[in-house]
Amino acid sequence: MFPIVKKRVLNPTVTLMEIKAPLVARKALPGQFIIFRIDEEGERIPLTIAGYDREQGTVTIIFQKVGYTTEKLDTLNEGDALLDFVGPLGEPSHTEGVKRAAVIGGGLGVAIAYPQAKALHEAGCEVDLIVGFRNEELIILKEELAASCKELTVMTDDGSNGHKGFVTQALQEKLEAGVQYDEVIAIGPLPMMRAVCELTKPYAVKTIVSMNPVMIDGTGMCGGCRVTVGGETKFACVDGPDFDGHLIDWDEAIARSRMFRKEEAQAKEKGHLCRREAMIEEAAKGAE
Amino acid sequence: MPNMSLKKNPMPEQEPAIRAANFKEVALGYTREIAMAEADRCLGCKHAPCVTGCPVNVPIPSFIAKIKEGDFQAAYEIIRTQNGLPAICGRVCPQETQCESKCVRGIKGEPVGIGRLERFAADWAMNEGQVSAETAPKNGKRAAVVGSGPAGLTCAADLARAGWTVTVYEALHTPGGVLMYGIPEFRLPKALVQKEIDNIRKLGVEIVTNAVVGRAMTIDELLTGLRREQVPSQASLGDSKESQSLVGASSDLNDDKYDAVFVGSGAGLPNFQKIPGESLCGVYSANEFLTRINLMKAYTFPQADTPVKVGQRVAVIGGGNVAMDAARCARRLGAEVSIVYRRSEAEMPARAEEVHHAKEEGVNFLMLTNPTAIKGDENGFVSAMTCVKMALGEPDARGRRRPVVIEGSEFELPVETVIVAIGNSPNPLIKKTTPDLPTETWGGITTDEMGRCGKLHVYAGGDAVTGAATVILAMGAGKKAAKAIIEDHQG
Repeated sequence: MFPIVKKRVLNPTVTLMEIKAPLVARKALPGQFIIFRIDEEGERIPLTIAGYDREQGTVTIIFQKVGYTTEKLDTLNEGDALLDFVGPLGEPSHTEGVKRAAVIGGGLGVAIAYPQAKALHEAGCEVDLIVGFRNEELIILKEELAASCKELTVMTDDGSNGHKGFVTQALQEKLEAGVQYDEVIAIGPLPMMRAVCELTKPYAVKTIVSMNPVMIDGTGMCGGCRVTVGGETKFACVDGPDFDGHLIDWDEAIARSRMFRKEEAQAKEKGHLCRREAMIEEAAKGAE
Repeated sequence: MPNMSLKKNPMPEQEPAIRAANFKEVALGYTREIAMAEADRCLGCKHAPCVTGCPVNVPIPSFIAKIKEGDFQAAYEIIRTQNGLPAICGRVCPQETQCESKCVRGIKGEPVGIGRLERFAADWAMNEGQVSAETAPKNGKRAAVVGSGPAGLTCAADLARAGWTVTVYEALHTPGGVLMYGIPEFRLPKALVQKEIDNIRKLGVEIVTNAVVGRAMTIDELLTGLRREQVPSQASLGDSKESQSLVGASSDLNDDKYDAVFVGSGAGLPNFQKIPGESLCGVYSANEFLTRINLMKAYTFPQADTPVKVGQRVAVIGGGNVAMDAARCARRLGAEVSIVYRRSEAEMPARAEEVHHAKEEGVNFLMLTNPTAIKGDENGFVSAMTCVKMALGEPDARGRRRPVVIEGSEFELPVETVIVAIGNSPNPLIKKTTPDLPTETWGGITTDEMGRCGKLHVYAGGDAVTGAATVILAMGAGKKAAKAIIEDHQG
């Protein structure tokens, strides 16, 4: 069992947890991911590693309540434990020799972009960190983000923080102003990563994206996480999750991410029903 | 006077029409009466040709003699001297090409049902008998086993019996490897695999799940100790402390180091045909499809949280046992299923029994048919598979007639799901992180015939060495490696 040693609600839909997992903490590096399973009936869900503490033997994950399993995970608290927690999986990000970088995070991707930005920043790289959220209320990790880059730009879709627009617009301004990046790193929803890649392509700036496809084992065995990169089939779990974004077949990646959409909705419905029943039961107990 | 019937006692089975709609075991097993009658067919040959056909050298005539006498516990114990997983081998070994192919009774008539008798003895011992857990006194030697499939479990059991302290590292959340994620419930019940694994645990073998060797630790670290390596200690979020530590690893980790490491990591990287459309939604590797169903219990979705989708019509590409397993699973999920194989039925590598079972359950066989492309609808889901018809040409190097395309024979097979079951390659993680481990060009680990690698104290066996093969061959390799490990580490 893997105890939850800390839980912190970052915004109404995003939660941070520190999990005691010494074997994972021992080797984890930025860019790698873990797979967890809550209980015996549970799915195996991959999540990018948001931080680690080798001495304490803990690994930080940040997740958004998007489906049945993440909603269920969010009901757990400090002192509860996960049944399975395996990693580190995937190849670490390669950031050697990058002197000037733009790190772009969208939504939950911000949580993943953060350790990458921090690693680059600490290695002496000049980092522009551009993050985007739907509105001001959803902004997470503001202080941490500010401390992990040279310049932080926070965009909101509705402009509620005073900076209206998408992350791509902020990046475009930089590129148009002639900033020369060695690398752009984009982490977030598929359409956002694709948009960043389309923007950087004419500027011929190397653009790395972090893919998070459906997978089961995370060691190469199932092949469910295949991504077409430069016309070749790659497995995100052994070859990635970082890939050259200009070479990704985005239409395919987006279609594949929807493979189980119907079943995901069905499971989510099941979760709501279960939780409603549990609440009714609890209420009934309270009334007794 | 032995029972001179030319035919094996038939295996009681679930009716095809009934079993095609459930995941319960197809073969029900011999009763004690049938088992004793079948045992009576064994002539007890002194030269025991059957034993030479067994990759783990089970003393076959001796255990059958005990069944004949009705001493089932003794029969089981005889098998157990050589075979740590008898209930599994009795079910999934290809006896027809091994022990039974050498049986004298097979010259005229059918051979003795050795596999069925092995299964009977093992099942009897599990349900009514006793399972011994005797080991030699601890000798202070420690071994790490990578992977808890048939090769790893067998090696672990043999080492533990010889007095070694053994830790098995498994990447998945459940031990068993292909026995759990690959072979379906209706052919190998998972509760039974668990019992066999518990029997190995009773020998003192420790199994650590969720441990990916090649990622969480390397082979070298297993040999030198997990807490030795110095790595930067933190990359945590703001409110954790920022100091760099020299310890390099949590004190929660034990400082295990091992005298020997056995690598039985399997052939865990699925091959694809490299035809257009293989990444459409609805195309699975057989590994993924079977893992969803067997390991994650997707056939009970939404009770289990992991889904699997099959649609109305399924094509399974390939002609091996894995293809049969995938086809029969898809059938049980209610689909119309076709096996698509580029040669003829005679060349199919699957066991005759599996092909027969699949046919009985209503699986179609499209032989001499080769897929050339998979087509999708506007949402990226599979809608059809384009195939060509083949004819058999000249024999290839292995003597199998090479299939050649019949011009103008292209046709479309309407399907919603395609399952690719054309084999696996060795998992690359260990090779990547153990640069001095010699490997073949195709990725398999190079060993001598006892499983010794070109790297000191490292041994390997099973599919990681041979490429995809059978459970029993992997077990045989695990056994040989255990022997080599014991020999090489005496004194």
